[in-house]
Amino acid sequence: MRTPMPEQDSKERTKNFNEVAFGYDEEDAVEEANRCLNCKKPLCVKGCPVEIDISCFIRFIKEKKFKEAISKIKEKNTLPGICGRVCPQETQCEQLCILGKKGEPVAIGRLERFAADWERKKGVKIPKKIGTTDKVAVVGSGPAGLTCAAELAKLGYSVTIFESLHKTGGVLMYGIPEFRMPKAIVEAEISYIQQIGVEIKTDVVVGKSITVDELLQEYDAVFIGTGAGLPMFMHIPNENLNGVYSANEFLTRVNLMNAYKFPEYDTPVRVGQRVAVVGAGNVAMDSARTSLRLGAEQVFIVYRRSEKEMPARKEEVEHAKEEGVRFMLLINPVKIFGDEQGFVKRMECIRMRLGEPDESGRRRPLPIKGSEFTMDVDTVIVAIGQRPNPLVPKTIKGLEIGKHGNIITDEDGRTSIDAVFAGGDIATGAATVISAMGMGKKSAEAIDRYIREK
Amino acid sequence: MFKIVKKEILAENTKRFDIEAKWIAKKCLPGQFVILRIDEKGERIPLTIADFDRNRGIITIVVQEVGKTTFQLGEMNKGDEILDFIGPLGNSSEIEKFGKVICIGGGVGIAPIYPIARALKEKGNNITSIIGAKTKNLLFWEEKMKKVSDEVIVTTDDGGYGRKGVVTIPLKEILEKEKVDRVVAIGPPIMMKFAAKTTLPYKVKTIASLNSIMVDGTGMCGACRCKIGEETRFACVDGPEFDAHLVDFDLLISRQKMYLSEEKKSLERHRGEI
Repeated sequence: MRTPMPEQDSKERTKNFNEVAFGYDEEDAVEEANRCLNCKKPLCVKGCPVEIDISCFIRFIKEKKFKEAISKIKEKNTLPGICGRVCPQETQCEQLCILGKKGEPVAIGRLERFAADWERKKGVKIPKKIGTTDKVAVVGSGPAGLTCAAELAKLGYSVTIFESLHKTGGVLMYGIPEFRMPKAIVEAEISYIQQIGVEIKTDVVVGKSITVDELLQEYDAVFIGTGAGLPMFMHIPNENLNGVYSANEFLTRVNLMNAYKFPEYDTPVRVGQRVAVVGAGNVAMDSARTSLRLGAEQVFIVYRRSEKEMPARKEEVEHAKEEGVRFMLLINPVKIFGDEQGFVKRMECIRMRLGEPDESGRRRPLPIKGSEFTMDVDTVIVAIGQRPNPLVPKTIKGLEIGKHGNIITDEDGRTSIDAVFAGGDIATGAATVISAMGMGKKSAEAIDRYIREK
Repeated sequence: MFKIVKKEILAENTKRFDIEAKWIAKKCLPGQFVILRIDEKGERIPLTIADFDRNRGIITIVVQEVGKTTFQLGEMNKGDEILDFIGPLGNSSEIEKFGKVICIGGGVGIAPIYPIARALKEKGNNITSIIGAKTKNLLFWEEKMKKVSDEVIVTTDDGGYGRKGVVTIPLKEILEKEKVDRVVAIGPPIMMKFAAKTTLPYKVKTIASLNSIMVDGTGMCGACRCKIGEETRFACVDGPEFDAHLVDFDLLISRQKMYLSEEKKSLERHRGEI
């Protein structure tokens, strides 16, 4: 059995935006680290997109050498406090842990988080800067961009990040809620990246304020990590009624703009009494749990497949259930109804059954004729996925783009244009923080090779 | 930080600000907009660019005080700084030689129509501008509009200045009288709606600039979604200008009212503080 994670009580926490999981203390961490067998040929590291020497950092924790533990992690990962919180470890490193065969795997993510939090409390040590004259521009300051920038800075490049929003962090700032990913942690890790020499320019919309072609006149290479910021809608009648939000808008208002502190902060958000969140990924869980915290009485996850197919992390689903989110499975919205003022009142849904597997490998949901019913709702949050944001790719002449608007790259992030690299959700479509970081890192290595060989 | 280098009171509750924003001034074109956030607790609001000076790196915006943010902005002065100023966003106006073009500016919409009229004039179009406001003291930039138009018609709802009535009255008269190749209308949604209704029977291509609620302004949130024909589009990245004959103005009007009660609360709170 793994050492339990201390958490805020589920009844208490729906009334605040504070972080749900408190994190291990030193005693918990050592206890959990002691479960690690330190395998001669550790499998866990094979599951890590950024190849952290997991076995080694856990050994340091066992020996209470916490400083050494975090240094080991940081050799490969500049955002450990973030990854320790939001990586889907259960499908990566922890899935391969040998202990998982018979019982529970070592809680690698929690240990990573512990090491990062320990260092932040003690004061982060900044390595010396090495300067070169080669300059790289990074577009977007989300997980892919931050990682790429940090890796290049460590290699001595002069790196500038261009961010379109007023705050740095991309999805870590606008998307993931405070109770799961405290902004102070994101800010601390970004501040570390700045201190190792990365310059960050916010409020610059590349493609509008300045083009990639213009950047190439000043920089030796450009990395594009602009993410999957384009919200998808259901394309059902009356989806434009007031009270129907894209999850992106809803979460951006709350997280980036602090709408949960309205009117102290100027940006409002409207949450009614009965909220339907459509979709069952992490973004849907975040939207549902945020709605509860904003005072909604009943929050429903409406999902067209069954629990087994839900794309959200198990931990997030569990947290949502504990907090009282209700799951309406095998149900799909077909139409929304509003009142005379144009606000949502009801939603018509149809029951679904699962057919043969589709191209995603999951069983395809099929509507059951005549099973339509309506539910009273006053807020609908559409969380059925995001597509790559076309704003930047559209403005680069000759850039090869895939059918979903993603930038086509090779496995090292090279695009169809010389000196232009891309990674993260803009290349892969919506995925995870860590896979974006993995690609940011690979691209940094490719950019280094490209500049040295030029 | 973005410095206010000039402030001018143009009309009742309407102020002009010149703001130092080199990158934006270098790039922006008529029809595009900026998003600003005054301070750390501020909201992001879109404002259509009213003028620009590429050499000096200056963007001009005209703000009508209606909500908390615009009133707060109105209280700012020359030398003060705005925390965030982002742009140029959206697509620029289509500037071609069309022939005879009518440019309509209603209320604060006179500001964004100005650079469009100027660019169209420079392209060799014959420009008739119709500018209108509820009352005389809400009207501004008549002289500026005269410089970029062949003719300027002024209307006020109460008849206190210029012709009495709304902008669609002279619009209809011109359409009856001569061939018009294009109409560009910027103003309150209700005005744009009726401008579109007026030109429809004459089959004159009509453009409206939609002032939807926005958050990021880069296509990420969908707050600004609008219905153009049968399609849902985002005003921030697909617009802000659209074929006015295809725009669902009633939806635009309804969506603008989404936060009416919150806006009221926010403004009252602000007034209590000052």
